[in-house]
Amino acid sequence: MSLQFVVDGLITGSMIGLGAIGVTLTYSILRFSNFAHGDFMAWGTYATLSIIGAITAMFGRVAPIAPLSFGWPLIVALVAGMALTALLALLLDKVLFSRLRKQEQAIIVVMGSFGASMALRSLLEFIFTSRPTYFSRAIQIAMPVGFGVRITPDQIALLLLTAVLVLGVHLLTTRTQTGRSMQAMSQNPALARITGIDVASVVRVTWVIGAALACVAGVMIGVLVQIRPLMGFDMLLPMFAAAILGGIGSIPGAVLGGLIIGLAEAGAVQLIGAEWRAAVSFIILMAVLIVRPIGLFGVRER
Amino acid sequence: MIDLVGYGAFFLTTALIFSLITLGLNLQWGLTGLFNVGLAGFVAIGAYTSALLTTPDDPARLGGFGLPILIGWLGAMFVGGVAAALTGIATLRLRSDYLAITTFGVAVVVQLVALNAQKLTGGPFGIGFIPRPFGDLAETPLLFNLSNLAIVSAVTLAAYLALEHLTRSPWGRVLKALREDERAAISLGKSARFYRVQAFAVGGAIMALAGALQAHFIGFIAPDNYLSILTFQVWVMLIVGGSGSNAGAVAGSVLVWAIWAGSGALTSVLFAPEQQARAASLQIVAIGVMLCVILLVRPNGLFGQRPGQVRFGKKAKVIAGESGS
Repeated sequence: MSLQFVVDGLITGSMIGLGAIGVTLTYSILRFSNFAHGDFMAWGTYATLSIIGAITAMFGRVAPIAPLSFGWPLIVALVAGMALTALLALLLDKVLFSRLRKQEQAIIVVMGSFGASMALRSLLEFIFTSRPTYFSRAIQIAMPVGFGVRITPDQIALLLLTAVLVLGVHLLTTRTQTGRSMQAMSQNPALARITGIDVASVVRVTWVIGAALACVAGVMIGVLVQIRPLMGFDMLLPMFAAAILGGIGSIPGAVLGGLIIGLAEAGAVQLIGAEWRAAVSFIILMAVLIVRPIGLFGVRER
Repeated sequence: MIDLVGYGAFFLTTALIFSLITLGLNLQWGLTGLFNVGLAGFVAIGAYTSALLTTPDDPARLGGFGLPILIGWLGAMFVGGVAAALTGIATLRLRSDYLAITTFGVAVVVQLVALNAQKLTGGPFGIGFIPRPFGDLAETPLLFNLSNLAIVSAVTLAAYLALEHLTRSPWGRVLKALREDERAAISLGKSARFYRVQAFAVGGAIMALAGALQAHFIGFIAPDNYLSILTFQVWVMLIVGGSGSNAGAVAGSVLVWAIWAGSGALTSVLFAPEQQARAASLQIVAIGVMLCVILLVRPNGLFGQRPGQVRFGKKAKVIAGESGS
């Protein structure tokens, strides 16, 4: 067995982990599992793709930055795409989720997210058709790094980006006032309200962080694999599994959970074949639910 | 005219099979409050089980045991029920969202097995030559469609009556009590988890039966029949009809299937063939928006019980009347 699966696993794991941060935050703060989270991913990616199209139309073709497959347009478009995805999440919260939350039945909100997910995904299929597309069709040469392992410059850049983003979100949630308010909301919403925490702003920050990271994860998939309307939906089970494995509410847990699932998937692909990949998350999910339902870093529910 | 009757019979048969799935979901969600977003997986389990049991021997894959259709249906219910029971046992002691996520995973895995376990399921090409009840009538389509409709109606009616009876039985009352006030029910000595697993298993068995019925009605199954869109359609049917009411589940299924089939026919008239796939996705968007709007505006559906208006027969009405005056 070649060690290549470690690199592949870390890459897939980063994508899952970035997505799982949003899942775990919505679950712990807004108290529902958001089935539309995968579709934020896909929408962010298509938004980024469209902005790159617009930039190319304005400035002509831009040469990629030396060893990478993409140039500054992708970076600019990614930032704009993150903002647009956050806007989409806030909009959806305004018209749907915030109203469903008022009915005080968590599972109704889950159902609403299920409906929204179906609608969002099919809308993407309507606009862009279900044909896969790519940010760049250039083929990158993977560099050998020893032990028979190869890695492309794009993969290195995106792994670094993931590390920076995870560290940033971790610091934001543990070291700032906003982050502490978020923790208070997740631990005891009633008490948080009484102590004068601005609930509406905590909800907004939660959506913005979750959606922006979903967009990054989607663009990573787009750069390294391909772009399809179903790309986010296919990531849903791994993301849920990662969030539960890491312990609901824990950001380092979500990322670690993502990496574990990514590595397990990559290992399974080598050992039993790529067609069974999607079963890995399910097996891990069931194992966690049976053995330790609060996950690695979870806290027991009050 | 005869074509119209034939189509009507075909339409109703499909709608009633959907009703049967919706009845199963109503037992799980409407009566017991268990959220199942992987019901397509349970329908698929039923369809494949029955197909394996009843098809003639096929050297390319396991089985084809050539058993009678009725055995296939019973087998489907058994396997579907066991699968649902296992899912329930693993997750029902946890938060309700975990059941949702797990059922979602069940659907993904069933889809994966259907696609990849060629020896068992025939892979992407599915299983054909599934024996059809009244298969020898196939030469006269009208008679064939009508006899299919008769048998599907009979099964749906039986399931409906059985569920109505169960709902009113002490067993159904425990489920309702658990849904409305879990602590009170537990304090009366009812094991919440045990009753919920039972309800989830019976619901799964009904869904599997519906899958088997459909497999024998079409005569051919493939993994594509059991994508998440099926789950979604059935949820919309239940929510439109109003969860908690068996009659609502049936009415909602027929109504939503009429809207679905009607809008499908409309798009095939309005759009050029190369635009059909796009138009079909717009159809799903419309249904998704409809689900969200119903949840927002009329969360109890067209026939559902209003909250705080739960009726328990004459006595409750009298008490309500007294307190109202």
